[in-house]
Amino acid sequence: MSAEINLTLKVWRQAGPSAEGRFVTYEADGISTDASFLEMLDIVNERLIEAGEEPIVFESDCREGICGTCGLMINGQAHGPQKGTATCQLHMRSFSDGDHIVIEPWRATSFPVLRDLAVDRRAMDAIIGAGGYISVNTGAAPDANLTPVPKETADTAFDAAACIGCGACVAACPNSAAQLFTAAKVQHLNLLPQGQAQRWARTEAMVETMEAFFGSCTNHGECEEACPKEIPIDFIAWTNRDYIKAKVKNRKLVG
Amino acid sequence: MLTYHDSHRRAHSIAAQGGINAAKNYQNDGDSVYRLFYDTIKGGDYRAREANVYRLAEVSVDIIDQATAQGVPFAREYGGLLDNRSFGGAQVSRTFYARGQTGQQLLLGAYSALMRQVAAGTVELHTRSEMLELVMHDGRAVGVVTRDLITGEIVSHSAHAVVLATGGYGNVYFLSTNAKMCNVTAAWRAHRKGALFANPCYTQIHPTCIPASDDFQSKLTLMSESLRNDGRIWVPLAHDDGRAPHEIPDADRDYFLERKYPAFGNLVPRDVASRNAKTVVDEGRGVGPLRNGVYLDFSGAMARDGEAVIRAKYGNLFDMYERITGEDPYRVPMRIYPATHYTMGGLWVDYELMSNVPGLFVLGEANFSDHGANRLGASALMQGLADGYFILPYTIGNYLSDFLGDPALGTSEPVFATAEQAVGDEMNRWLSIGGTRSVDHYHRELGKLVWDYIGMARNKAGLEKALSEIPALREDYHRNVRVLGSADTLNQSLEKAGRVADLFELAELMARDALTREESCGGHFREEHQTEEGEAMRDDENFTHVAAWEWNGEGAPQTRHREELEFENVELTQRSYK
Repeated sequence: MSAEINLTLKVWRQAGPSAEGRFVTYEADGISTDASFLEMLDIVNERLIEAGEEPIVFESDCREGICGTCGLMINGQAHGPQKGTATCQLHMRSFSDGDHIVIEPWRATSFPVLRDLAVDRRAMDAIIGAGGYISVNTGAAPDANLTPVPKETADTAFDAAACIGCGACVAACPNSAAQLFTAAKVQHLNLLPQGQAQRWARTEAMVETMEAFFGSCTNHGECEEACPKEIPIDFIAWTNRDYIKAKVKNRKLVG
Repeated sequence: MLTYHDSHRRAHSIAAQGGINAAKNYQNDGDSVYRLFYDTIKGGDYRAREANVYRLAEVSVDIIDQATAQGVPFAREYGGLLDNRSFGGAQVSRTFYARGQTGQQLLLGAYSALMRQVAAGTVELHTRSEMLELVMHDGRAVGVVTRDLITGEIVSHSAHAVVLATGGYGNVYFLSTNAKMCNVTAAWRAHRKGALFANPCYTQIHPTCIPASDDFQSKLTLMSESLRNDGRIWVPLAHDDGRAPHEIPDADRDYFLERKYPAFGNLVPRDVASRNAKTVVDEGRGVGPLRNGVYLDFSGAMARDGEAVIRAKYGNLFDMYERITGEDPYRVPMRIYPATHYTMGGLWVDYELMSNVPGLFVLGEANFSDHGANRLGASALMQGLADGYFILPYTIGNYLSDFLGDPALGTSEPVFATAEQAVGDEMNRWLSIGGTRSVDHYHRELGKLVWDYIGMARNKAGLEKALSEIPALREDYHRNVRVLGSADTLNQSLEKAGRVADLFELAELMARDALTREESCGGHFREEHQTEEGEAMRDDENFTHVAAWEWNGEGAPQTRHREELEFENVELTQRSYK
């Protein structure tokens, strides 16, 4: 049943990319447990505006866990305490009266803070640009049923493709690696018959672009815990295997 | 390529759940291009343009080929071929899907193709850039002016043509299934520069959404329509029945859809299901703490098939419901209520998808062309991708060929300076009002008016009321809104201020359009125009036309233009679901 709780928030405020940031404490009283976490912040912001203070900048869009726009460190956990749940689908019934909640932006050098809780995640787009596609020009495709894809293969490819690109894996990783994101995107295409033609070039380019922007993966597994889509780190293992193969196969072309 | 998102991967198409239609006839159940064309015309209640819809049905099959080649992981059968399902009232299985995330996968396919071009250097991305002015020169669209949402920089972009694929205006209701950032601003700013806005009153309300839980509610969440296959919809017979659902015996329940539509029962089309839910809630028979929903009850299906079967079919949806409401739908019936989902109206375009402004092309939900007065399930993705992949590439060349070898207009031309000035002035205006209430406050209030008077059912008195109350609220908004901070930084209140101002103007036009259209059709239901059974009654003699509105300047009502719709291949009939 719904109830009202009082909370103390410690929120990261930072005026701009080069400004110095600090934690600011806000009392959030009378919050309904039916509210989502972001609706709680909406309420806090309404009160701030009423008091003449600039509202806390945080990003969100679909608020149903699919667009990947939102993402906060909540008490040190990417997307907060509920497993397999993006920040926008986290509800206040996961918290108790009197709780102190620390709210930070994604913590990673490759995600510079833009303002308060909003960060710049363009480095992830760069990884896709490096090879996260199948090179097929529009209009040149053969009939869709020409190539059968085993159901298990399609389902596993989908499990990888379900990545929403939120960046929680990076925020959760002690090395700030984007390995789970990269592996999910690589394996989505590498598993499918359509993706075979560019498999080795894709793997090498995407993994190395990841390494250029982010830290390296050392198999902590924090990313899997934080992922709102519960994408398994098996995909990282498969990508590592593909990467080693790619280094050999891609070399063959010059040798 | 411009977007106000942080990445092009986040466009709201990502949220589409159900699937995408295509006349592949892979299931050998008699589907054809003609049949998809016919269903779409009929589903739109005979208010769409025949030629456009036929072309849409034709290219639908190419979309599936293209998406599959891109690596979109559509659902497969065990033999490895593509699976289909029947969806949204279609009698054939023509819907391709990727679990409940078809929109996400199709969008990511398009995004990956885009990123390939970016890497190849053929496309330049401008993210977090919001279009705030359409720039015109010699009667043509020659560019846009944007505001960089991080730095506040006002930037001119010059081009031979401008293509808007900027989505619908469902957020005029404040509460909708649309993402929070969806807005009408790009289309509206183009309208203010002369582009006609067509059929704004055609909006679609989806019947199965989770009801609002309180005043702080920020958006409504759609529960897949497929739930109606096994769930039975009911409310108590008595008004203000305070008993828990399991304490209400069958004799005291009203399964209102089964009662009124014995043939289709709980599976009637979206508009019919939505209106009937509204009727019983308005009668005071709504359920839940706010009495604002109807039950969607799976106890019968679970008794018949077992809980495991229901869990296998709908497990993820039940989990989502529980996450949001805190109620376990395996034990307590779900509560659902209709919510705004899609807008069929939009900028008027010709067969080439060009607006009446030369050089301004409009694609997807932002245009008005294919869905008439009501969109069928699984056809939004179809139209968006058809427009972008297979129609615009052919039609825009025709326009561009006139400028072969001509450079685009320089951004140092006075028209750009004027537009930049207008954007700068607008920002300063919002920041200098210094009022007392937030932008969201006004947006919420506007949404209530639009929902009450231009929602699921409309009538003359209500629409006239809307036409007096919306401008009054708008005036208050412009006088009394509080936008804090500055224009040279990431300022979300400032972003929203302009978007809400545009929604105010649109809302008024919606009311006027709805008032003028003296008939009921599809998503536009005028209470004065219904059959004895309470169904939508069209007036084909007087309203078989598109209403396209022309901007006449601030404070002056728009002029209504008509495009007559001619049906050469389809006979106009009354929809019946009894």
